[in-house]
Amino acid sequence: MSAATLARTVGASLATGKRAERSLGSLAFQLVLLVCLLVGLLTLATLLVDVLRKGVGGLDASFLTSLDSRFPEKAGIRPALVGTLWLMGLTAVISFPLGVGAAVYLEEFAPKNRFTSFLEVNVANLAAVPSVIYGLLGLAVFVRGLQMGRSIMAGAMTLVLLILPVIIVATREALRAVPDSIREGAYAVGATQGQTVWHQTLPAALPGTMTGMILGLSRAIGETAPLITLGALTFVNFVPRGPWDRFTAMPIQIFNWVSRPQSEFQNVAASGIILLLGVLLAMNGVAVYLRYRYERRW
Amino acid sequence: MRMAPRWLGAAALVVALSLAAVACGNTEEGGGGSTGGGLTGTVTGDGSSTVFPITQAVAEEFTAENPDVQVSVGISGTGGGFEKFCNGETDIQDASRPIEQDEIDLCRKNGIEYVELQVALDGLSVVVNPANDWASCLTVDQLKAIWEPGSEIDNWSQVDPSFPDRPLTLYGAGTDSGTFDYFTDAIVGEEGASRSDYTASEDDNVLVQGVAGDENALGYFGYAYYVENSDKLKVLAIDGGNGCVEPTPETINDGSYTPLSRPLFVYVKKASLANPAVVAFMDYYMANSQALVKDVGYIDVHPDTYAAEVKEWEDFKASA
Amino acid sequence: MAITTGVSLTRRRTRRVEALVRRLLLLCAVVSVATTLGIIGSLLFEAIDFFRVVSPREFFTGTSWGPTFKPATFGVLPLASATVLIALLGTAIAVPLGLGSAIFLSEYARPRTRALVKPALEVLAGIPTVVFGFFGLTFLTPRILQPLLPGTGVFNALGAAIVIGIAVTPLVASLAEDAMRAVPFGLREAAYGLGATRRTVSLRVVVPAALSGIMAGVILALSRAIGETMIVAIMAGQIPNLTLDPRQPMETMTAFIVQMSLGDTPYGSIEYKTIFAIGTTLFAMTLVLNIAALRFVRRFRERYE
Repeated sequence: MSAATLARTVGASLATGKRAERSLGSLAFQLVLLVCLLVGLLTLATLLVDVLRKGVGGLDASFLTSLDSRFPEKAGIRPALVGTLWLMGLTAVISFPLGVGAAVYLEEFAPKNRFTSFLEVNVANLAAVPSVIYGLLGLAVFVRGLQMGRSIMAGAMTLVLLILPVIIVATREALRAVPDSIREGAYAVGATQGQTVWHQTLPAALPGTMTGMILGLSRAIGETAPLITLGALTFVNFVPRGPWDRFTAMPIQIFNWVSRPQSEFQNVAASGIILLLGVLLAMNGVAVYLRYRYERRW
Repeated sequence: MRMAPRWLGAAALVVALSLAAVACGNTEEGGGGSTGGGLTGTVTGDGSSTVFPITQAVAEEFTAENPDVQVSVGISGTGGGFEKFCNGETDIQDASRPIEQDEIDLCRKNGIEYVELQVALDGLSVVVNPANDWASCLTVDQLKAIWEPGSEIDNWSQVDPSFPDRPLTLYGAGTDSGTFDYFTDAIVGEEGASRSDYTASEDDNVLVQGVAGDENALGYFGYAYYVENSDKLKVLAIDGGNGCVEPTPETINDGSYTPLSRPLFVYVKKASLANPAVVAFMDYYMANSQALVKDVGYIDVHPDTYAAEVKEWEDFKASA
Repeated sequence: MAITTGVSLTRRRTRRVEALVRRLLLLCAVVSVATTLGIIGSLLFEAIDFFRVVSPREFFTGTSWGPTFKPATFGVLPLASATVLIALLGTAIAVPLGLGSAIFLSEYARPRTRALVKPALEVLAGIPTVVFGFFGLTFLTPRILQPLLPGTGVFNALGAAIVIGIAVTPLVASLAEDAMRAVPFGLREAAYGLGATRRTVSLRVVVPAALSGIMAGVILALSRAIGETMIVAIMAGQIPNLTLDPRQPMETMTAFIVQMSLGDTPYGSIEYKTIFAIGTTLFAMTLVLNIAALRFVRRFRERYE
């Protein structure tokens, strides 16, 4: 079978449309797209396999309930785990209304003037600020200025500022994608702008908002440098019991383990990474489910 | 498809509540509410990531005996740590170098009095690849010639005529670490004076990997990282004027491994002496650190030094 | 699509409530302004202090960066060139990967495939950057780059750019894909009706219609690549190096900021103040970039109804 015939046969089973589609060109294009997708997925797979291989053995009850130690076999992640859970919970709860609110304002209510353009550029620019700078800002404003101390709340507020641009941009794009006919239909039956947004536009944009939350929270859970800069700790011998307690977080703990001379700590770090990804999946799972459920095509 | 914001609210509430339940779980592990009797309070430390393992080891053992004291230690770096210390935000400062004038001024401006205690020694080790069979001892002058600013040495034969004609690749500390400051000061004669064309990293594990994988390599980093990887590395003896001395716990302790034995410090704030938890913690530190430092790859201080430091601590407590 | 019933359509009370809500929303948007002001505020004071000691000319045109060396040099060009090189390379990798994945997921994949793969890609966004960094250092560079590209160092810019590109791909992919899925089906069907292939529909109909969302993803990715800290700090090295050869180690502005703020330099010294000078410069650079990008995107934005 010649290459052209093979391509035609395979293409026929994959393609839709006219005969022109069943060609090498279309097939090649599809292949290129697949490769693009696979690079990311393969990297993920390689990372996961490596991490699982090294860390799955160490994932036991004592790892989850112990404090950190200078001995690899005794080291545990409990304070860091609880710290991360508190941190993520607060960050999600604060960033969602702030981000969605800002996006709704910019997209639905703001007049098309200079000030709005300035706001837009501002938001986009904030996405480029290195995370360490947010740490310095958090130290100056939240820890010292607002007297929150080196607390979970200060850390969460700093992370909120860090991920706000992603949430705003994603939500704006989602709002933009809602066809105007939806809005106009609502106006036609006498709804006010606020009612339209709350009952029609925003629900329709929910899936895109979820994407923003997923991307934002994923970023926040893995950040080390800003937290250390504002004073998150690397060793605590207690579990934080409220948003005003001092804390440590999982990425900080993992980073610390990776830097230790004893090679067994690389495996301990791998166990920590697996747990971190588990928390991330649980967190994102809610958002992914919501997105999937309320998706719609126009 | 109908949208129900109520769903969202309920779901969010459920998620939030369950998170809270997990996080506010049982607090039998360390710190927290008083279990009746026993010391309570908080101790906050911060500073150098080099000294951190020692303070953490002390905290670990201290927690076993005093579970209701909340101890927390950070690694903002010696510089960042001093800034917080001199702002009165921490009780204890870990430092891989003595306090500098800018910091002394800041502490004075804020009325922070403190004591400096030497708690351990680190032996900066100069290492080569195990396949390197020509070098076993270098003099300080030879090291200086290799590392000084503008050095053009890129071949082993330029270091010593008896060495073979092989390229020299260098690995060393990041330029913002105590290791860098100490090495340049001790070897080249001035802090910060170093050539800039070498592979630098703040993470010593990376340097270990580099030297272990390169037959022509020469690197320097903390003793702990050499000891943990001694099967992959070969350490060089250093001739500081009194013959070739290899870094070992004994030679670092008695000072014969010179000039690369560097002291590690802990600073304590005077105002924190009013906090019994801090006093108990530091008492424990001074009593037990010498045994614990070995677990984390550092060297205990010379007995004479130790006695002097203990006395300094006792005097400081008495002066409160 | 049903319009909700039971909504109060009485005017007066609703109007007042709505006005209040509008104010609240404006406040949310203004938080971003407050953040910027806060950042500029915390950066600018120390940066001005810095420029009193170090001349701006030396800073912006000097080719050697070594504030902790003796003698100290303060030329930002090595750091700036590293930042731009790695950010551009990284984005150049992320955009095709992300766009390709998005087109595949949106136009070619079955719904079940998409429901599984899209979240999987987003897990990629959640991998801590330190993990990415060490993965690159211990796997990508020694096992892939060094054998394939002789002369590549242990630390090199290319590896950092590749890893950043992969780490940032979910940003482009997710946002682009959301935008593509929002393109009304009618547009596609019209094209198919004229006999277009899926490839043509994807590239000539869907992508242009979704350009707004795609560009948003690209700009976000570029911004993220510029501001990325840990991956470059771990993979590209910590010695400044003015070169365009990506096989060599170099230090970016962000890697330097991290190194300096977590290191042993005394707070308040001139070396420490370099953090703020670099931070301010970086902020200004990205501001210019974003203004230009948004102006460019606005010209090409299309609305379909």
